[in-house]
Amino acid sequence: MSHLRRELAPISARAWEVVDEEAARALRSFLAARKLVDVTGPLGWEHSSVNLGSVHTLGASPRVGVEAKLRDVIPMLEFRSPFTLTCAELDAIDRGSQSPDLTAVVEAARSAAFAEDATIFNGFAGANVPGIIDASPHKAVPIDDDYEEFPGAVARAVATLREAGVDGPYGVALGPRCYTGVIETTQKGGYPVLEQLRLITGGPLTWAPVIEGSVVLSVRGGDFELTLGDDFGVGFAAVSSTDVDLYIEESIAFRAHTPEAAVSLTYQT
Amino acid sequence: MAASTTLHEPADALPASAVELHRALTSVQEELEAVDWYNQRSLATTDAELSAILAHHRDEEKEHAVMLLEWIRRRDPKFDEHMRTYLFTEASITEVEREAEHEGGSEAGTGSLQLGSLREEIDR
Repeated sequence: MSHLRRELAPISARAWEVVDEEAARALRSFLAARKLVDVTGPLGWEHSSVNLGSVHTLGASPRVGVEAKLRDVIPMLEFRSPFTLTCAELDAIDRGSQSPDLTAVVEAARSAAFAEDATIFNGFAGANVPGIIDASPHKAVPIDDDYEEFPGAVARAVATLREAGVDGPYGVALGPRCYTGVIETTQKGGYPVLEQLRLITGGPLTWAPVIEGSVVLSVRGGDFELTLGDDFGVGFAAVSSTDVDLYIEESIAFRAHTPEAAVSLTYQT
Repeated sequence: MAASTTLHEPADALPASAVELHRALTSVQEELEAVDWYNQRSLATTDAELSAILAHHRDEEKEHAVMLLEWIRRRDPKFDEHMRTYLFTEASITEVEREAEHEGGSEAGTGSLQLGSLREEIDR
C-alpha cells in the first residue's frame, strides 16, 4: 500500500479520476515557480534529504584523537492540504454527474500550490529554507502603480543580472497587483506592456499570487532547483457516514544555487 | 531497422520534447541491437582475442543503453513509474505486476498527479 492509502477509500475509479483531474488542473493553474525554476525528480516518498556535499566539524567526538564531522543535507519538506468531499457528491460522480461540486478540491489545490510557491519565492523560516527573493544579494528595483514605467524597471533588473554575469533568457514572476496593472496597460503608441516585457526578457511571464511585487530571474537553468520527493498526489485520510476526508500532499526541497540570478521589484507604497 | 532520422509524424506537428524522446528511444534501440550483434559474434568466433574484444564492445553498448534509459526515465513519468515497480525486485515479475495492479491501483490509481516541471520550451 502506498502512503496515500487510496485503496482504503470508499471511492470508485471513476470518482478518483475526476478528483485527480480537477486537482491537477487547479494545481497547474495556480503553480508559478515550476514555470520558472529547474525541477528534479520525483525521487520517491522515501527520499528524505538532498545531499549538499558539505560537512561541518563537530566540537565533540566520541573518542579522543578522532575528528567528528556531520554531513550537511536539506531535509525534504512535506506539505499536506486536507479537504473533505461528501459521499453524496462522490455518488453523483458515479451516476455520471457532469457538474460535481469540487470546490474543496480546488481550494486545497490553491493552498498546496501557494505553500510551494511561497517557500520558493519568499522562503520558509520555519523549515530554514531561504527563498529566491530573500536570497538575492541585489538591491530591489522600486516600482509603483504607473505600469507604463514597468518595462523600464524590468529592464533595470535585467541589466543588474547581466552586470552580475547572469545570462538570460529571463523570466518574470508577477504578483497579482503587478499582473493586473501590466495586462491592463498599453504604452504610448498603443504597444501592450506585456509584449514589451516579452521582448526585454525573452522568457516566460508568470502570474505568481504569493508575491507582493515581482521577481526577474534567469531561466537559463542551473540557478534555482526544486527537488520533488513525491510529486503532488491525492490521498485518503478518513471516512464517516457522510464525508470522505482526503488531502493533497507532496514532499519537496528547494535550493538557490545562484542567489544572484534574481532581482526583486518592490512597491514603494 | 532503426529510424534515427525518421519521424512517424510531421516534425512541425510534434513538440520538441517528442522529437528528443524519439532520438533517445531510437538510440536505445540501436544500442540493444549492437549488444545482440556483438554477443553473437563474440560467441561464434573461434579467435579468442577477437572474442574478448567483441565481448568488451558488447558490454560497452549495454552501458550506453542504460544511460539512455535513465535519461528517458527522468523525463517520462510512466517509464519512471514502471521502472520503480519492476527493476531491482526479487519476486516473480508477474507477481510484481499482480501486486502493482492490486495496490497501485487499477481502481485507486497511484495517486501521483505527475505535474513535474511546468516550464515551457524557450526559443533561444
